[in-house]
Amino acid sequence: MAAPLTLLLVLAVTIRAALFRSSLAELIAERVEVVSPITAWKRVVEGLALLDLGVSPYSGDVFHETPLIIYLFHFVVDYAEITFMLADVITAVALYMAVKDYNKQVFRKQKFALEADRYPLDCLELIRSPKEMYYIPLKVAMFYLLNPFTILSCVAKSTCGLNNAVVALFIFSTIKGNTLLSAIFLCLATYQSIYPLTLCAPAMLYLMQRQYIPVNFRRASFWWFIAQYLFMYLGSLFVLICLSFFLLGSWDYMPSVYGFILSVPDLTPNIGLFWYFFAEMFEHFRLFFLCVFQINVFFYTIPLSVKLKEHPVFLIFMQLAVISIFKSYPTVGDIALYMAFLPVWSHLYRFLRNTFLVSCVLLACSTLFPVLWHLWIYAGSANSNFYYAITLLFNVAQILLVSDYFYAFLRREHHLTYGLYLKRKDGSEATLVLK
Amino acid sequence: MGLLSDPNRRRALINLLTRLNAPICGMPVEWLVKTMQARGLEVYTQRFSRTLPFPDENKERYMVKGTNVYGILRAPRAPRTEALVLSAPCTPGDNNNQAVGLLLGLAQYFRNQIYWAKDIIFLVNDHDLIGMQAWLEGYHHTNTTGMDWSPLQGRGGSIQAALSLELSSDVVTSMDLVLEGLNGQLPNLDLANLFYAFCQKIGVLCTIQGKLQRNDWDSVSGYSHAVQTMMLMVMKQASGRPWGDHGLFLRYHIEAATIKGINSFRQYKTDATTIGRLLEGMYRKLNNLLERLHQSYFFYLMPSLSHFVSIGYYMPAFGLLAVILLLRALDLWVQLATPPPTTEDGIADIDPGVLSVLTPLVISHLTGAALYMLPIRFQEMAVEHFPVSETEAVVLTAIAVYTAGLALPHNTHRLLSGEGTEQGWRVLKLVALLYLAVLLGCTALINFSLGFILALTLVPGAAFVTPHVPKVLSAFVLVILSPACTLLFSVFFFQELQEMPVSFLDGWLLYLSVISQGILDHFLYGSLVYPLIALLVYPCWLLFWNILFWK
Repeated sequence: MAAPLTLLLVLAVTIRAALFRSSLAELIAERVEVVSPITAWKRVVEGLALLDLGVSPYSGDVFHETPLIIYLFHFVVDYAEITFMLADVITAVALYMAVKDYNKQVFRKQKFALEADRYPLDCLELIRSPKEMYYIPLKVAMFYLLNPFTILSCVAKSTCGLNNAVVALFIFSTIKGNTLLSAIFLCLATYQSIYPLTLCAPAMLYLMQRQYIPVNFRRASFWWFIAQYLFMYLGSLFVLICLSFFLLGSWDYMPSVYGFILSVPDLTPNIGLFWYFFAEMFEHFRLFFLCVFQINVFFYTIPLSVKLKEHPVFLIFMQLAVISIFKSYPTVGDIALYMAFLPVWSHLYRFLRNTFLVSCVLLACSTLFPVLWHLWIYAGSANSNFYYAITLLFNVAQILLVSDYFYAFLRREHHLTYGLYLKRKDGSEATLVLK
Repeated sequence: MGLLSDPNRRRALINLLTRLNAPICGMPVEWLVKTMQARGLEVYTQRFSRTLPFPDENKERYMVKGTNVYGILRAPRAPRTEALVLSAPCTPGDNNNQAVGLLLGLAQYFRNQIYWAKDIIFLVNDHDLIGMQAWLEGYHHTNTTGMDWSPLQGRGGSIQAALSLELSSDVVTSMDLVLEGLNGQLPNLDLANLFYAFCQKIGVLCTIQGKLQRNDWDSVSGYSHAVQTMMLMVMKQASGRPWGDHGLFLRYHIEAATIKGINSFRQYKTDATTIGRLLEGMYRKLNNLLERLHQSYFFYLMPSLSHFVSIGYYMPAFGLLAVILLLRALDLWVQLATPPPTTEDGIADIDPGVLSVLTPLVISHLTGAALYMLPIRFQEMAVEHFPVSETEAVVLTAIAVYTAGLALPHNTHRLLSGEGTEQGWRVLKLVALLYLAVLLGCTALINFSLGFILALTLVPGAAFVTPHVPKVLSAFVLVILSPACTLLFSVFFFQELQEMPVSFLDGWLLYLSVISQGILDHFLYGSLVYPLIALLVYPCWLLFWNILFWK
């Protein structure tokens, strides 16, 4: 499997290198769908210039990256393109190996369940075979590397690629079972943008499952593990924050990075839901709606964790999707990360109900974004309502996609427990409804 | 009170116009500069030069060098933040000799008024659209087309509106309003309504598309006259070229229109004085604007000057056409989803499908890229080997590449994975239908007429084509409905609508010149029609051609 992966990596790097050399690179770097005020390369360059002048890079409200990023680029700014391509490659390889390991565990669990006769007899067609699962890691890497969203994000030199790499490394270390590394990478991801905090729950659930600690509130081992993980996580976070303080010598970065992400002062249009609402809103209610919108991102963690406590990897996928849709400054790079996971759930295909609609809407919206932007900003014939309509449609399609996969996953689990052809008590055929 | 209520001024204007009755050869730059300065304007010039990618046979130019002359009338008591533009293209011959005179007369009159709140820029541009493009690029500090121009020394603030004059005789019977701009962009309907209302007030006949309004809407002939006018507007908008110098302003969000004076030898004649009053009135109205015109529609079609069809009426027609494609795609999806003869993992079946879909896609797009790049690149080689001029070489190469795409052996996927399957063509058709639907949707949003005409011709073919329909008849129908033939029929139809029908040979020559103009428009002004058709619509059509001949 190494050879096809290498071929894929070479192809991906070639495409990105070709695009870097073409004239499209500047065009793409200005698109609001691809870069946001948090991830734009232009702002990184600005921050570096301010740092070189001896001024705090956070003065002037242009730069909103963390101090670690600015120091990283202080050293590699001449090799920026290689850095971003490397980040994509790291993400793809990490996801590849993570999914390979995960598939092995899924298959092993399935084997034990089969031997323990836990599956009803008529759902044998739902059982997955190694042949079908063999190409999935390669497909995951392909879905990430050859996704036009990822390519656009890399060519625009959006730091979203670096965030994705850290999240992918977190997923890899979690699936491998390494608690310390998982906590450290999660801490790095949270340090970059606050939202990966919600990935704590699935990480803990997975590691507990792997170490055979029962997920039960009354058991001491459960609380002990949580305490351990949180200690490692919060400890590394504390270390990182203090390190950032010492790097730049001030606490300037806290309001500029975290205050910026949470209080959404910049209302440049993007593919998210915040900008239009907050442009229309009265000042009096701004704090209230800000809290509502931000809580919306974190809110789904608890119910989803309760429902999916046996399936933490699927929970990771759902959380990533929820973060990409509801975060304050999403870009297409965030979407590419959770879409890379779709091949892992390809066995759910037969239970998905909205594939055609979702793919048509996502395709149409992706092409309509630049058209309506042009009509709004350059031709002046449209206005922000048109662009926001497409944003809304795009996000609704994503939500439909995620909820469809959720339904299909739960349905398959239900069938595995209760059999494929369900009969009511009187023997007639029953239908399954997701409440 | 108004222009020329003073008999002295009236006489001065008539003198000026009579003097200018002689044809102007080239641009009399020094004379214009002197005259404008004498009228108290701040005069500046701009030099520009451009080598066209191949010679333009319609206007007989290849290496264009010219000078724009413009004079700025500064508003007496206002901050210099906004401007209005009055332009007249200066072409050799007596094509537009009266307009420059009128412009200078107006400049003199405007100079003495105190109510101007915006600067007025009187622009005389050389080589019509090329000069206008150079001036606009210089004014807005952009350079999208690779032209070489000297920077502008004087500016007037943000331009709020512009009017372009084309007057070829000093006796005018009607004023024609031209609205269609680059890429089918139209000025705000308010500008057209303003002009028409003013014409009615002053008593000047106003036409659109060269046709007079009729009042009998209920009769069949009145209705068909309105339909003809609207179809002319659709054709002009779909061509994507600017039909007057105003067309290039629209891109910078400046509302602009071209006013042509037409002498159709009617009994009732208007003279330059009345036109001057008309323009003065227009400029006073534009002067009073507090914000850019944005309240009325930007997307409309006009069957006559007092009626318009807004986007809310015509978009559903397009939407219904696009729905055909979506329904077909849904039907194919359902056919594909019903499980085929069993394999335990339906997923593995799709994979060879993806690969066999990819090959025709890549080949079609490569052919499209060839259609876009080859005609310009290989014109020297073509001129060496064949006895044709460069323009003919470019056009004939384009037609040759287009026809060669039809004959390509598309079924190279057969070399890859054996026989093409029943699944294969369905997957390809699904992809092609969605691609066409999205493409037509995006085109219709930017240039509705182009999107609609393409939809009208491509959707029926796309919907019915399968490998199982009778091949010869379907091939013929598909070729008739292809973009090139649509263009050919449109040329004949356009001439019919303008009541100047052409013979077949003349029509063919006109067709060739339309293709060359389209390619030139793309390189000179950034028109999107040629790259759209070559890079996106033609490959999409080739996919359907491929499906027809699927083995």
